[in-house]
Amino acid sequence: MTGLLFEQALNGLQLGVTLFLMAAGLTLVFGIMNLVNLAHGSLYMVGAYLWVAFAKLTGSYVAGVLLALAGTLVVGVVVELIALRTLYERDHLDQVLATFGLILFFNELVAMIWGRSALYAGLPAWLSGHVELGELRYPVYRLVIIAVGLAVAALLWWVVVRTRLGMLIRAGASNRTMVAALGVNIRLLYTIVFGFGAALAGLAGIMAGPIYSVQPGMGELILIQVFVVIVIGGIGSIRGALAGAVIVGMVDTMGRAFLKPLLATVWSPVVADTAGPALASMLIYVLMAAVLALRPEGLFPARA
Amino acid sequence: MRKIVHAAVAAGLALVLGAAPALAQQKVKIGFITTLSGPQGVIGETMKNSVELALDHLGRKIGGLEAEVIYGDDQAKPDVGKQVADEMIKKHNVDFVAGIIWSNVMMAVSPTVTGAGKIMVGTNAGPSPLAGEQCHELHVNVSWQNDQTPEAMGKYMTDSGVNDVYVMAPNYQAGKDMVTGFKRYFKGRIVDEVYTKFGQTDYQAEISQLRAKNPKAVFVFYPGGMGIQFLKQYDQAGLRGKIPLYSVYTVDEISLPAVGEAALGQWETRFWSPDLKNPANEKYVADYRKKFGKWPVFYGAQSYDGIMLIDSAVRAVKGNLKDAKAVVRAMRQANFNSVRGKFTFNNNNHPIQNFYLLRVEKDASGEPVMKIQKTVFENHKDAYHQDCKLKW
Repeated sequence: MTGLLFEQALNGLQLGVTLFLMAAGLTLVFGIMNLVNLAHGSLYMVGAYLWVAFAKLTGSYVAGVLLALAGTLVVGVVVELIALRTLYERDHLDQVLATFGLILFFNELVAMIWGRSALYAGLPAWLSGHVELGELRYPVYRLVIIAVGLAVAALLWWVVVRTRLGMLIRAGASNRTMVAALGVNIRLLYTIVFGFGAALAGLAGIMAGPIYSVQPGMGELILIQVFVVIVIGGIGSIRGALAGAVIVGMVDTMGRAFLKPLLATVWSPVVADTAGPALASMLIYVLMAAVLALRPEGLFPARA
Repeated sequence: MRKIVHAAVAAGLALVLGAAPALAQQKVKIGFITTLSGPQGVIGETMKNSVELALDHLGRKIGGLEAEVIYGDDQAKPDVGKQVADEMIKKHNVDFVAGIIWSNVMMAVSPTVTGAGKIMVGTNAGPSPLAGEQCHELHVNVSWQNDQTPEAMGKYMTDSGVNDVYVMAPNYQAGKDMVTGFKRYFKGRIVDEVYTKFGQTDYQAEISQLRAKNPKAVFVFYPGGMGIQFLKQYDQAGLRGKIPLYSVYTVDEISLPAVGEAALGQWETRFWSPDLKNPANEKYVADYRKKFGKWPVFYGAQSYDGIMLIDSAVRAVKGNLKDAKAVVRAMRQANFNSVRGKFTFNNNNHPIQNFYLLRVEKDASGEPVMKIQKTVFENHKDAYHQDCKLKW
């Protein structure tokens, strides 16, 4: 039982760090640029597709990852320059409409280039095995995801807390007008932040490629959970995104794994069979509602 | 007063315009509705391709008459499907509405079509109500009733003495239906029954639970993208080769290229497979591969049959489509060369047909393909036809 609990905790952590990679970019864009970007999931999809394409082209997994990261960054910058720049002054409803349009655009574009069928995205042999830890067998690749996610979190912390760029980002999240008034090129800052947010989403997509299905519309499946993460964590806060992501990952995983057997000890198995899966899939939204009621600004709000 | 005159003129005009094509009823019009956009658009594409191939084989004619097929996209949504069907009937004045992938879309579309006195030819979805109590004389299903395929798997697993089975499916109507069908014929022990969220992408938590229960076999229903994800993750968890996996609608020629070798050894049941030996199927598969450069999928095979079935009926009634019931009566003869071989229709206009056991194996070129292993059911009827009051 403890072995299973530990394994599920690893699963929760792994889901959490994947969500964090997405949430970090989204929360920065929302917190600093005050832009609701529904198309963040599209960048995740673009990352996965570019990885498949580049890995096939170069024949190397690592080269594919690096090229896809750079590619997503470029796509992000181009999207910011062409489409999003005009939206900063508009209200949120316009932004939602425009970025929803981008979702449709990217999904159809991907379908036109690569077709509607899901693409084959395998792993190199050195990543596809599993480790034996006592009675536990865990896929190597999932451990790699956890390691990469935590490394990115540490790197982000360093950038945000210890560098000049990070200082500007934090300042931008607190008071944009003041930052602009002090002579900082806020437009350039926006482009940089969006580009790196896109690259992070791309990284999440690249890592998701081998375990999920690489197909048009794959980004929307994860986007809703990511929004839950940033609402729980506090909009605009990297710390909040990390905490929110790990909490959501854990709660979702534990709910899916243990809620039904737990309910079965209280109610009849038939009731548990029906209520268990329904409750488990609601759990993170219940959590979000509770956080909104008790701390509307999220668990770790960006300092005002 | 002016308003009334306007309305009268408009109505008169509509009558004249509407009447014009009716006078020239030497043309067969089919409205083919499927999902052509979004992530599931890939299924619609195989169906549309197969309809086009059927028309090619028929010399672009149906029953010897000039033919027109109008395609509609239901976006996998019941409300959109109903709207498209309405448009097909009222604006295009079609004689048949065919297609429909999703059971929930079918439940909205079929009453619209049959209610307007037109013939509904379902080429995928087989929801149980339309086979039972809500069956309709103008609703013809040329694919299967939902429960039939998992029933075949339940039968096979019982016959081969498989026990201690772990069952997984998405938590929605078709998921429950598949498990119901499976349990109707599976007589062994079920270790646990797990329903996951519809559209879920990550199954690692469920796979960990599964392994902890140590079952002897796993039965799943994960259509579309869910299947690709589940199979990859099952393989990465090191369970492939340890716990045999049996499934329905989870591995097909759409998902195989994306899953690759992670699907090897997988068992499925189905009414058709590309390697089924009969002249109609050999022609269909060869020409499909030549024209589209891919393997055909069962969704397409059913749609190809749908067009061939309509063709046979139009021929039998000599192009007289006014009496829809007579057309259905002709369809019920199933007098055409189906890609699945010979089959008949039950009283509820659903097929009585064979079901086969398939397994994913490598072909001569090393590519994973599905191959028929044996026949599980011969002339299998669906479980709901007694509830249908239709007599023929």
